[in-house]
Amino acid sequence: MIATRKGSVGLLYMAPALLFVLVFVVVPFVQLVQTSFTDASLLGGGGFVGLENFTRAFADPTFQRALWFTARYTIIITPILMGLGFALALLTAPNRPLEQLTRGIVFLPVVIGLGSSSLLWFWLFDQQVGLINRFLVDIHLLAQPMVWFTKADLVMWAVIISVTWKVVGFGMILFVAAIQSINTEITEAAMIDGAGPWQRVWSILLPLTRRTILLATLISAIGSMLAFDQFYIMSGGGPRGQTFTAVYWIYQQSFISFKLGYGAALSLILTAIILFFSAIQVFLSNRSPGND
Amino acid sequence: MTDLAANPAEIAAADHAQGRVAGERRQLRYLVGAICVAVLAIMLAPLALSFLASIKTPQEASQSPPVYLPSQISFENYLKIFDFQAGLSTYAFNSLAVAGIAILLCLALAVPAGYGLARFNFRGKEVLFLIMLAPLMIPYQALLTPLYMMFAKVGLANSHLGLAIIHTVLQLPFSIYLMRNSFEGIPRELEEAAVMDGSSSFQVLRNIFGPLVIPGMVTVALFTFINSWNEFLAALIFMNKETAFTVPIMLVSVRTGRLGAVDWGALQAGVIISILPCVLVYVLLQKYYVSGFLNGAVK
Repeated sequence: MIATRKGSVGLLYMAPALLFVLVFVVVPFVQLVQTSFTDASLLGGGGFVGLENFTRAFADPTFQRALWFTARYTIIITPILMGLGFALALLTAPNRPLEQLTRGIVFLPVVIGLGSSSLLWFWLFDQQVGLINRFLVDIHLLAQPMVWFTKADLVMWAVIISVTWKVVGFGMILFVAAIQSINTEITEAAMIDGAGPWQRVWSILLPLTRRTILLATLISAIGSMLAFDQFYIMSGGGPRGQTFTAVYWIYQQSFISFKLGYGAALSLILTAIILFFSAIQVFLSNRSPGND
Repeated sequence: MTDLAANPAEIAAADHAQGRVAGERRQLRYLVGAICVAVLAIMLAPLALSFLASIKTPQEASQSPPVYLPSQISFENYLKIFDFQAGLSTYAFNSLAVAGIAILLCLALAVPAGYGLARFNFRGKEVLFLIMLAPLMIPYQALLTPLYMMFAKVGLANSHLGLAIIHTVLQLPFSIYLMRNSFEGIPRELEEAAVMDGSSSFQVLRNIFGPLVIPGMVTVALFTFINSWNEFLAALIFMNKETAFTVPIMLVSVRTGRLGAVDWGALQAGVIISILPCVLVYVLLQKYYVSGFLNGAVK
């Protein structure tokens, strides 16, 4: 039996990757922690200031608003993505040509850039040249083209629509795999026993795919908590900073205002939040693969 | 139902149930078909409209209120985007260079790491695996500040290698994970025979495993390419020189416009061109992409 080989050799094969992670992840992270206790800026500084950055962060109204805005965005978009994703999975789970084509096309925007798709929708939503306004006026839903990017709520909805278009295929493809892994005999038997479509979804498919649903929800929610591109491109954080997300505010503080120390403290707070949710995700996905 | 002793009433009831199920199925098929067509239209409309806008004349593309369809086909927007600032070919080359370096780095690191993880047992392996997954737990957005300071010191700011390193940080955990699974999927017997013949572990890797993990390597390359080509925030922060921009950053600067006015036609031409490689790669290598996606996300 050579299933177990000499360890030292195995370690040698892992060494380059370990070294890379050490240099470009672990060391920078330690540096991030260090910087967060200083008043470093791109222009200099770097004296130890203790917990000042953190106390300032918790009192910073823009950061609070950005966190709250990010949370609200996440809480609204996650159920939309998961609900629509599951509905689309139910629709396209059968391996027939039309369903397969639909599945392929719904997943297509997942591979294109969030930047590209945000710019595409930025154009579609534009007041002057946007086809969404033109269409809404044509079908008499609007009397005249409206400005989507001057009210925080409308910005959020414009972003939600565009991001939903871009990533709804993510949940769908995971749910299709989960649904297809369920033995068809179970649903067939339920059909013969007189269970209607809703009953079959509610009492069979949902319970049997709940692990996938939970994981997809967490992955998707973590992604939304880190939202940046879509707001940077569609609203630029405006109007009056009302659509800054957490990452956007960190970017703004670190790379526009050059407050590296403060930016580092904000980054650490966000990391702690993300870490909490990532830990749940890793725990869940390690416990057992697939659905139970 | 094939049971001869079953009573006729039961058989009739079963037949009835099957008939009802078949009827329900047929109705459902039509409904599903109609919804599929509607979904296809909704998903494709933004791409189609963007493409149509990109072949309008620049004047028509910036017209308010807009027209849905171009009245004539014009490639002027595409010519403009090829000439934009340093030129589209420069930006596309930058993006390709970054993605290329990131792919090489990811493979060079993940293939041996996956081999080590899948085929060797030693104390502390699990801990080391967790360390390698660390980039999954720490959002890379948070690491950009220290990495920026580090890169500025060693002259990696504004360099394609620097950006490629960051894209490798992003892709490495998934790549290692995928390669580990690829190696684990290979039967032990293959390796045993070679070791009996006296092959070293490196010879085993190169001669026996190499060809067998090519699908895994293709998947790693595919994901690294797509994610690197699309990555926005790090490119925005690290690439300050106009000639070093990648495609997504070029697009944002098209939107900002030279004089503050957006050139809508050129912008849509840029969007279409930035989307094209991803769509092509996805259509050609869909199987690798979707299976890798399912592998990475759920397991």
